[in-house]
Amino acid sequence: MYLTDYEKSLLNGDQGPAKARAMDLLQRYGEALGAERLVETANVAGAFNASTPSIAPIAAKGFHRVYSELNLDSDDTVDIPHMAVPTCQLITGIDNDNWKLQGVDPELARMQRESEKFLGKRGVNLMATCTPYQVGNVPVLGEHCAWMESSAVIYCNSVLGARTNVEGKESTGAAALTGRIPYWGYHLPENRFGSHLIELDIEVDDMADWGVLGYFIGGEVEENIPVLNGISHQPNLVKLKHFGAAAASSGGVEMYHIPGVTPEARSVAEAFGPKRAVRTIRYGARERLATYERLQNATDRKVDFIMLGCPHASIEQMALIAHMLEGKRIHADVALWVHTPRAIRQIAERSGYCEIIEAAGGVVMSDTCPAISRRMPPGVRVIATDSAKQAHYLPAITKVQGWFGTVSDCINAAVTGEWQGVAG
Amino acid sequence: MSTLTLTGRKVVGGKAAGEAMVTSQTISGWGGINESTGTVIELQHELRDQSFAGKILVFPGAKGSSGWSAYFHMTRINGVAPAAMIFTRMTTKIALGAVVTRVPAMTDCDQDPLTVIETGDWVEIDADAGTITVTKRKG
Repeated sequence: MYLTDYEKSLLNGDQGPAKARAMDLLQRYGEALGAERLVETANVAGAFNASTPSIAPIAAKGFHRVYSELNLDSDDTVDIPHMAVPTCQLITGIDNDNWKLQGVDPELARMQRESEKFLGKRGVNLMATCTPYQVGNVPVLGEHCAWMESSAVIYCNSVLGARTNVEGKESTGAAALTGRIPYWGYHLPENRFGSHLIELDIEVDDMADWGVLGYFIGGEVEENIPVLNGISHQPNLVKLKHFGAAAASSGGVEMYHIPGVTPEARSVAEAFGPKRAVRTIRYGARERLATYERLQNATDRKVDFIMLGCPHASIEQMALIAHMLEGKRIHADVALWVHTPRAIRQIAERSGYCEIIEAAGGVVMSDTCPAISRRMPPGVRVIATDSAKQAHYLPAITKVQGWFGTVSDCINAAVTGEWQGVAG
Repeated sequence: MSTLTLTGRKVVGGKAAGEAMVTSQTISGWGGINESTGTVIELQHELRDQSFAGKILVFPGAKGSSGWSAYFHMTRINGVAPAAMIFTRMTTKIALGAVVTRVPAMTDCDQDPLTVIETGDWVEIDADAGTITVTKRKG
C-alpha cells in the first residue's frame, strides 16, 4: 500500500510512538483489504471508553493501556496524545446517571466516568449515542469519515452522502490519532452505485412500516446497495433512522438510495449510474406481513419490559411518547425505558417531556441501550419494542421473548401489561 | 490419504496448521460469539455451541455489528482465537478482525474453500506463500 511522506514519517515514529502504532495498524489493515492508499479523514466516530466487565482487567493497568490494546492493537503501552482530528464516542454500556437502575456495579460506573475524563482531555467528544448525526456530528456530502455503528454508517452514507465503511474499534482508534483511513469500499465513488431495485407496491408511511421495510430489504439484498422506487410518502430523519438500522441488522446494508430523497440519486438512473440492477424485488402486502411476523419472537402476550429509542430517540419521538403517556400510568408489572441522546434529553427535560414520562412510571435513559449494555430490569421475560433492530438483537443476546410493533402498540402494552399489536 | 492445494491471496501473513472447521454461514462477532470461550452463540447458526479455538476457520466472512474486530481481538487476548482464517467475502469487518486476531488469513482462493475443505480435514496454511494444503480426513 502506498504511503505519503507524511504517513511514512508517522510510521517511523517522528510524532511519537502512539501515532507510529496507529500507522502500523492502518498499514496492516489497508494491506489486508487490498487498499491502494489511505485517505484523509477529519471525522471519526468510535468506541473508546471502558464500560464493560471484560475491559476492567485491562483498565486496571491504566487507560493508556486500554487505548493501546483495544484501539491500536499495540502490545506495548504507548502514551496516548490528543486526537489529531475531530472524534466522538458512540453509544456506551452505562448510563452515567441511571447506572443503579441498570444494575451496574458502582466500581464499573466509576471506571466509565474515569475513562471519559481521560478521553475528554484528549479531544474525544463524549456524545455517547448511536446517532451522532442527531447531536451535532452531521458530515456533509462527500466527506470522508471513519465511523463505527452499523445504523450510523448506513445513515452517513445514504442520507448524508458522506463516505464511510463500517469501521471497528482499532481502525477508529488509529484514524483518530492520524486522520487517515484505508481508501477502500464506500470511499470510492464507483462503489456507491445501486445494485438491487426495490419496487414498492404498497404505501409505507409510519415509522414501524419503515422499520419493517428495512428489515425485509436487508434480508433480500444482504450487503448490497438497494434502490427504492415508488415511495408513497416523503420520509424524515426518524423514519430513515429506523429503516437503515433495520436493513443493517437483517442484512448488513451499508448504503441505499431513495431517488429524490437521498443526495446521490435524483433519479433511479442516477442511483445505478453505469450499472444495472442485478435483481428487481417487489415489496407488497404479502412481503410486509411475512416480515412483520418474522419480527415477532414471542408467544406470551403478558409483557414486562417496553424498550423504546433504538436507534436513540429524536426530540420529536420524545414529544410523541410523552404525549401518549400523559395522564396515564404504566402497569405495575411493566417497566418502560426510553433511550435518547444526552443532549436531546436536556431539551426533553426543558420541554417537560421527561417529567411526563417519569410521572407515568417510565425511565428516560441516555448513553446506552439494553442490547449494548446487556442490562434490563431484573426478571424480564417478555419485551416489546418499536425498533426492528432491537427486536432482532435482544431476544438473541438476552434470551427474552420479543414483540415488535408501533410506538402506539408499545405504549398500550405498557399501560395494560398485555401485547395487543397487530400487523395493521 | 488424498491431499489438495489451494492458492490464494494473503490477508494476514504467517503459517499455521490445524483441523478445519467449515461453515457456509457468515459469523457475527458482537452478539454472535462468546469471546471467553471462542464459541459461536448465535441462535440459528449451524456452528452454535461449537468452539473455533485453535481450529482453521473456513467461512464466507463477517456479518453484523461493527464490534466484529473487537470481539475476535478479545478471543486472542483470552487465548481462544482460531488458528487461521480462510474466507471468501472481503469486508472491512473481516479484514480488520483478521489483522487484530493476528492469525494467518487468506482469501481469493483458486478453488472454493467452502466446498473443497470439510470439517475435520487437516489444513496447513502458508499465507505469505499464498498456499493452503488440505489433507482429507476421509479417503
